[in-house]
Amino acid sequence: MNEVGGSIHPIWLRATHWLNALAVLIMVTSGWRIYNASPLFDFKFAKDLTLGGWLGGAILWHFAAMWLLAANGLVYLLCNVASGRLMHKFLPPSPRAVLADLLAALRARLTHADPRQYNAVQRAAYLFVIADAVLLVLSGAVLWKSVQFPLLRELLGGYESARRVHFFAMAAMVAFVTVHLAMVALVPRTLLAMIRGR
Amino acid sequence: MVKKPLRRLALDGDAVVKQALRRLPQPARRLFLRRTLTLGGLSLLSGCAIVDEDSAEHALMQVSRFNDRVQGWLFDPKQLAPTYPESMITRPFPFNAYYDEDEVPEVDAANYRLEIGGLVADKRAWTLAELQALPQTDQVTRHICVEGWSAIGKWGGVRFSDFLARVGADTSAKYVGFKCADDYYTSIDMPTALHAQTLLTLSYDGQQLPPRYGFPMKLRMPTKLGYKNPKHIQAIFVTNTYPGGYWEDQGYNWFGGS
Repeated sequence: MNEVGGSIHPIWLRATHWLNALAVLIMVTSGWRIYNASPLFDFKFAKDLTLGGWLGGAILWHFAAMWLLAANGLVYLLCNVASGRLMHKFLPPSPRAVLADLLAALRARLTHADPRQYNAVQRAAYLFVIADAVLLVLSGAVLWKSVQFPLLRELLGGYESARRVHFFAMAAMVAFVTVHLAMVALVPRTLLAMIRGR
Repeated sequence: MVKKPLRRLALDGDAVVKQALRRLPQPARRLFLRRTLTLGGLSLLSGCAIVDEDSAEHALMQVSRFNDRVQGWLFDPKQLAPTYPESMITRPFPFNAYYDEDEVPEVDAANYRLEIGGLVADKRAWTLAELQALPQTDQVTRHICVEGWSAIGKWGGVRFSDFLARVGADTSAKYVGFKCADDYYTSIDMPTALHAQTLLTLSYDGQQLPPRYGFPMKLRMPTKLGYKNPKHIQAIFVTNTYPGGYWEDQGYNWFGGS
């Protein structure tokens, strides 16, 4: 359960983290180009921020990177559960602890003395983004195969509803990444830990 | 038989691109695809042109072929697309094609002949009256566009599996291809061709199929995206040789199932 040699992040975690980062980058930027073909809301994403050049190219990227996102996510979840890391590192984040740590963070009084320990806000945020990624994959599966996955389609309220779920789950993912990158900028040694393991 | 109006140059950006694509010879079109695939794409990922563009496009197309196989495997011939009450029909149902609505081809009903070819026993051409005399059925289903939007409509016509049986099609063949009066062409897999909801559509919302929705006939499949549903069909052929399609040859996924 504890990693050897003072390692903060085991190698499987670092590998799946960076593969996931690549998959999310491709999925979000190609997804924005697909969104632009038929916007749900009264705005489009700036074309320079999108991937694929045109709808057909964006779809090629999106439906290729989806396999990386899903397969890598599955490996991550299996390793996380099998190693006991999920229980050990993330659970249970009590609402009171999350609130206390959030207030401490906002007052810049949250300690990073032991990077092996996730504080309650981190636990909540990481659990949230795992659930969000699962929701993105499931709602994406409905958009891709709405006829072949009837149960999933009805659970998400039908095809048009699944489009909105997929959009807002994307927005939540982008919001997480924004905060995540800001936190890394504030505590740069967390980036080193995610690269070399300690 | 078919009078095609002169294509006028559209001002809309996407339409201009489509127009340009149509006029490019095949090799130039491929070059165009390659360029657009990577614009803002690979440069975004790599910051420079270190990634070989040819191999990137090739790899993406390989994955698309893999996705065709996965979709063929996922396709359940007995799984029906949801149907809706008539009160949910989208009015007006959107017009959609690779050209503007004023460029819709005018097909003369009296001279129309549906040509049948390839791996079929009876290659006799069909008149519109003969097609209309076949047993008809209708359904209210959702049309899903590759762009993401969807709309509900009511289509009526001949069950395509009945028609294929009637012309003695070899249903062990891989593909059914379509050639259309608007120069569109596409092809589908045989299991989808035989699906119970795949209709050789002759009517829309209880009326004869209007020109903007594909007069005299379109193939309607609620199990596939809009671009797989050809309009103004002039020829149907059964084959084991991959026929491709208008959009598919430019990079859209061939199976295009939903």
